[in-house]
Amino acid sequence: MWRFLIKRAGLALVTLLCVSVILFAVAQVLPGDVGRAILGPWATEVQVRALDHQLGVDRPLYERYWTWLSDFLRGNWGESYLLRRPVDALVLDRLKNSLILGAFALCLIVPTSIWLGVVAALSYGKWLDRCISIAGLSLIALPEFVTGIIVLAIFAVELGWLPASAHVPGLNPLSWFRQLLLPSIPLMFVLFGYISRMARAGTVESLRSNYVRTAILKGLPRRTVIWTHVLRNSLLPTITVISVQTGYLVGGLVVTETLFNYPGIGKLVLDSAIGHDLPVLQATVLLVAILYMVLALAADLLYTLLNPRIRLSA
Amino acid sequence: MVVGSPTAREPGGSADPPVEQASGRSQRAKALVLALLGSWTFVVGAAILAFWIVDALIWRILVPYDPEAFASATLQAPSLAHWFGTDDLGRDVFSRVLAGAATTLTVAPAATALGVVGGILVGLFTGFYRGIADDIIMRIVDSLLAFPLIIIAVLVISILGPSVTNVILVIGIVFTPIVARTVRAAVLAEREREYVSAARLLGNSGPYIMFAEILPNITGPVAVEVTIRLGYAIFTSATLSFLALGIQQPSPDWGLTISIGRAYLQIAPWEVLFPAAALATLIVAVNLVADALRQVLEE
Repeated sequence: MWRFLIKRAGLALVTLLCVSVILFAVAQVLPGDVGRAILGPWATEVQVRALDHQLGVDRPLYERYWTWLSDFLRGNWGESYLLRRPVDALVLDRLKNSLILGAFALCLIVPTSIWLGVVAALSYGKWLDRCISIAGLSLIALPEFVTGIIVLAIFAVELGWLPASAHVPGLNPLSWFRQLLLPSIPLMFVLFGYISRMARAGTVESLRSNYVRTAILKGLPRRTVIWTHVLRNSLLPTITVISVQTGYLVGGLVVTETLFNYPGIGKLVLDSAIGHDLPVLQATVLLVAILYMVLALAADLLYTLLNPRIRLSA
Repeated sequence: MVVGSPTAREPGGSADPPVEQASGRSQRAKALVLALLGSWTFVVGAAILAFWIVDALIWRILVPYDPEAFASATLQAPSLAHWFGTDDLGRDVFSRVLAGAATTLTVAPAATALGVVGGILVGLFTGFYRGIADDIIMRIVDSLLAFPLIIIAVLVISILGPSVTNVILVIGIVFTPIVARTVRAAVLAEREREYVSAARLLGNSGPYIMFAEILPNITGPVAVEVTIRLGYAIFTSATLSFLALGIQQPSPDWGLTISIGRAYLQIAPWEVLFPAAALATLIVAVNLVADALRQVLEE
């Protein structure tokens, strides 16, 4: 089991290193002339050169890559070109906001989707199953901005129940719902499709298995069979899907945060890419990659801990 | 994320004796069409998809107004003269919704085609020859899949600049390794079968076996992958238009219209709701077709 996890961690590190090289390469092409981009078209050539030198963008590539990576690892993420603020405070603050939004969406949708997925599997082939499956299939497919704009039109404009642009909520749980419910709906729709589909497939499979048939034949009540025999096994693949989809969340956040004007990391990626704000862009995307890898590893660990077949082999 | 099953193979496959192959193939095709027509998800999806494809081709005949002509009657609510109302520049929303299908149904299929052709080539070669190239490419696929497509697209398009060509390129290139993975998995299963060894013994060249022998036998999983990718391509290209990284004004593209119209959501919700509904029906239709196709081919 440990060998498996160490191997996965090694692979994750290699992937991260690849991401950092790609990101660095992108950052080299992206700005064209950094000094010129910051100072504008009317600055003199001498001023541009001086700024380039001050920012260190006139040194050889490998040296800059190394400086950048070691600085990043030491927590020295530089200063935003546009906002003239330290990158670490900015990015971490935005990350915190996005984690609040993402966690809110996950907390609401994971139990709901698992529940509906299991319900669909228990009524396999009936109309309830069809409805849940078709709803999931359609909701996965809809872009976040389409569902987002529709809920905005209904709940913020037409009914006026919730604000049209979201702010970071305070400590009051009521304000969480008020601020986060609308922007998290588009995310929840997509997640619902994936998670409920996995929960349904897992449940259908374990319902057909021999051990469940044995449990039913030996006269156990239906409730006991479902809770102790079916759910335990059917939820295993669901865990993997949740971790993969948490990675997706970051992509979804770019769109929802833009639509709802929520100050999170997704909006930061878009704004810094459009504004060619390299230090911010690099730090944000690398952080997202690290976060994603950690989540994937956590899911692997959880999966091995919960699955005796993997835990006890090796 | 990958919904299509890479192990799905054409029913019957290559097990048929060669003499009956021609009639067997047409019979299989007939059975396939019948099974698809019997699935209501396929019929509904295909009908909606066909509607939008026809509309994308002949919208010039269908529109009551020029979708790009300004008028003084701005932000009018839906009426008999303007079924879906008018937008902030007085343009007829109904005409713009009809005309908007064309861009989506050009960009997404083009990107899908690029990804599928690239993916088939890479998948066939890596699956057939294996070796170091195979390992390296699969690592690249893993790290690509580790990243939300939207973030990659935002990065690349902010370098290259927003344009239709760049949207097609970035989606197609990201799709290539994903399609390659599905194709590779199918090739790995096929290459162990007798007809491939027979073709080898006959002295056929590697490329000939790949394209003439293996490729026709993996059309099932490839077809499923194509429809799934088409859904994602519409999703992604529309999202990029919405983020102002794709098609630019004054195109009636749905994603772009929603991005601009959301400023008027309070006073003229029809300006965004109709394009949003149009996009929703198109995407759901493609996914219904993909799901039906997958189910029919797996059975």
